Amino acid sequence: MTTHRKHTPQPVDAPNAPPLVAITESAPVRCGLIGLALIFLSLFLFLPLIAVFGNALRNGIVPYWEAICAPDTQSALRLTLLTAGVAVPLNLVFGVCASWAIAKFEFPGKSVLITLIDLPFTVSPVISGAIFVLLFGAQGAMGPWLAAHDIKIVFAAPGIIMATVFVTFPFVARELIPLMQSQGNDDEEAALALGASGWQTFLRITLPNIRWGLLYGVILCTARAIGEFGAVSVVSGHIRGRTITTPLHVEILYNEYNFAAAFAVASLLAAVSIATLAVKKIAEWRTEESAVGPFENAGTNR
Amino acid sequence: MRTFWPTPLRKTEKACKGKGISLFAKGRLFIVAAAVLSGLTAGSGHAADLELLNVSYDPTRELYQEFNRVFCEHWKSETGQEVTVRQSHGGAGKQARAVIDGLEADVVTLALAYDVDAISEKAGLIPEDWQSRLPNNSCPYTSTIVFLVRKGNPKDIRDWPDLAKPGVAVITPNPKTSGGARWNYLAAWGYALKQWDGDASKARDLVARIYKNVPVLDTGARGSTTTFLRGIGDVFISWENEALLAVNKLGKDQFEIVVPSISIRAEPPVTVIDKNADKHGARNVAQAYLEFLYTEEGQAICAKHYYRPALASVAAKYASQFPNVELFSIEELFEGWDVAQKTHFAEGGTFDQIYQPTR
Amino acid sequence: MAVASRHRSIIPGFGLTLGFTIMYLSLIVLIPLSTLYFKAATLSWSEFWHTVASARALAAYRLSFGASALAASINTIFGLLAAWVLVRYRFPGKALVDAVVDLPFALPTAVAGISLTALYAPTGLLGRRFEAGGIKIAYAYPGVVVALTFIGLPFVVRTLQPVLRDLNPEIEEAAASLGATRRQTFLKVLFPLIFPAALTGFTLAFARALGEYGSVVFISGNMPMRTEIVPLLIMTKLEEYDYAGATALAVSMLAISFTLLLCINLLQWWTRRQQHSGLWPSQ
Repeated sequence: MTTHRKHTPQPVDAPNAPPLVAITESAPVRCGLIGLALIFLSLFLFLPLIAVFGNALRNGIVPYWEAICAPDTQSALRLTLLTAGVAVPLNLVFGVCASWAIAKFEFPGKSVLITLIDLPFTVSPVISGAIFVLLFGAQGAMGPWLAAHDIKIVFAAPGIIMATVFVTFPFVARELIPLMQSQGNDDEEAALALGASGWQTFLRITLPNIRWGLLYGVILCTARAIGEFGAVSVVSGHIRGRTITTPLHVEILYNEYNFAAAFAVASLLAAVSIATLAVKKIAEWRTEESAVGPFENAGTNR
Repeated sequence: MRTFWPTPLRKTEKACKGKGISLFAKGRLFIVAAAVLSGLTAGSGHAADLELLNVSYDPTRELYQEFNRVFCEHWKSETGQEVTVRQSHGGAGKQARAVIDGLEADVVTLALAYDVDAISEKAGLIPEDWQSRLPNNSCPYTSTIVFLVRKGNPKDIRDWPDLAKPGVAVITPNPKTSGGARWNYLAAWGYALKQWDGDASKARDLVARIYKNVPVLDTGARGSTTTFLRGIGDVFISWENEALLAVNKLGKDQFEIVVPSISIRAEPPVTVIDKNADKHGARNVAQAYLEFLYTEEGQAICAKHYYRPALASVAAKYASQFPNVELFSIEELFEGWDVAQKTHFAEGGTFDQIYQPTR
Repeated sequence: MAVASRHRSIIPGFGLTLGFTIMYLSLIVLIPLSTLYFKAATLSWSEFWHTVASARALAAYRLSFGASALAASINTIFGLLAAWVLVRYRFPGKALVDAVVDLPFALPTAVAGISLTALYAPTGLLGRRFEAGGIKIAYAYPGVVVALTFIGLPFVVRTLQPVLRDLNPEIEEAAASLGATRRQTFLKVLFPLIFPAALTGFTLAFARALGEYGSVVFISGNMPMRTEIVPLLIMTKLEEYDYAGATALAVSMLAISFTLLLCINLLQWWTRRQQHSGLWPSQ
């Protein structure tokens, strides 16, 4: 990956598949496609990103650093990490289970099940928060019982975590299902036929096969868990230093006309994409290390 | 307000929490994990001493930041107790809803009485007559609605009818989602009633023409401020305190304030949420907190943050800051919030009628 | 289907994984969502109908569904292009581009809304140029589409990337050696293979766009009948303490999107079955 290549677009050539001229596009077409993609991504991604960082650093690096080190920012970051730390693993386990059941087996009602998994996406964040208030709030179905036992769910960390779990619920599953479906069952069946146990098959065959989808799923899920605003805003109660997550803190700073600080904290969230980069690099590097593994050539070597 | 009452701490809460968790453990695993974590974070936060939660609306952030600091010092010197005031800010309606749904506010300081009435009516946390418990209709400070225009007033905005002129772009938030925007709407309506001897059809016409000039209806007051700062619109209808803050904080060289001939007296009320404060054993301090707003010291802080103080002596001192304008109250022209809300902002009310398609 | 399940019976774990899936789904999604239904059920039929079929609500549905479908389509086309370029080609700055794709999720929607509005408002960097050409982006329909495109982009790219990575080069080599042009290979060989994933990406981007609130309210201008999205209408109801009305709108929205998504998912299931049984129409 890190070799000194010329700065002209070239096809990625896997070491074990010598490049065939016929299976890639001509250089002008490649350049054209890359150019088109970059224009689109610039309009929609890079310009907003530059706007965020530009505003964040408008007053220089010292105010930037101060905004990030402020106690309220720190407590918001802690709550955000806690939320993501609970929500992502839960949805990861669910995603793997659901995609195994859906991709590896045929059963009636499968499309309904997939659609139900998609459902949290269509629900407006405002409503995603409101349902937990309707359920656990003082006027809600479980409200009196919770009040009697003095358990706080909404307007406290548990409510924030539940809303986040709900909002990020489909990510891992939805990444894995199409991937596992397109891969089929042949590899697993071969391993099972050769006497591997189900668990071994999953760990040694399926997991390496789905690693990219899994990684993207976890990344998306984490990004969304960290960045979720609408649903969390409804269940948070906005108590400073207590139930404020990072995105809510950005809103507070912005509403205090503290624009530079607001964008500084927002840029921290944007930097999650940079963390993504690091995670992917590590994953790619590990993949190359294990590229000699026995199942690597089962059609997944791109 | 000078109480030496032994104040129980919020120990009970923690003691019960442990029991709650063990009961709950039979239920959903992940909630338990979350509850434990929240118990931990909460436990580390308030080890001892008093805590108040003040649930407020958006523009009061700066006011209460300073007021809380002064009050805490005052309380410590009076009683020796440390008290921490936690703040929660947001749109007034949303904040009132949160309190109704169980956000344990000890005091609320909201934008309009309508939202506090809702807390009384829907959750029964405060008595119906809450507004008579503190002086001045429970409003320690008032404000009014003014116009913010670009430097030099290029569109020559003087009074409400100027906003209805063709070619003037008016920025105001959506009265359906913003409490402050309801004051804006009623101020325009009330001006017309006063001007034309209570002719409701003329009022409706003026307000409709003003809203035809609105290119963007943001969901909150500060969202509108941002839009105006971005260079959209010629006039921004705003709380007086917000306009003064914007001019002083964001650019005297960019904006100026125009005061209409007649405007509304905006009265943001405050009250103790009895049931929550009692539950937390924080009633005395909550009561003292609000009463401190009415003292000379508290009033000076309000005035400093551009709220019109209720106390005559302080008002006289800061008179130069607040332009003279004929003010009417919501009771005077609209028979109070309940009626105003139903007539103008409820579904199918006069605001909705403005946007009814006329095909 | 019976044939299929017999064929696949050697894979273990069906009961366990499906059981867990359904349990978790019920706990996290179905039970909380059912409260919407119960709350909306406190309305009488005529009240319900009056709420969900008012002229204002209908205008909002049109905007929400129309703009979401448009944004998801833009995302599918350009997302496929971006995923293709990221998987297949090498160019300077590729790693950075790849990383930034996740930005729309990590950035709080309000920040996204503010940043996009700053760019596309009539006074903004890009908006100024469009305005000069007589096109209004922010505070109009295109602004809603811009915001919805922004927030849905990662879905398409990230769904297509692993599938594109997985494509076996032998297929393309075979097509090429049989004399197919590159275009033919893409349209007749590759496209059918990536179509289900592209459809998934479209579905997800569409679904996400339907519910979006935070970024749209900044850029749309929120004018009743014109640029008012359904989630804003729901928010308005909540603001009036009309929980039943809000949930009625939410339930109707949910029912429509559930039906739409179900159709897309069935279509996808059907394409996949056609493909697996070798019946993919090859023209």
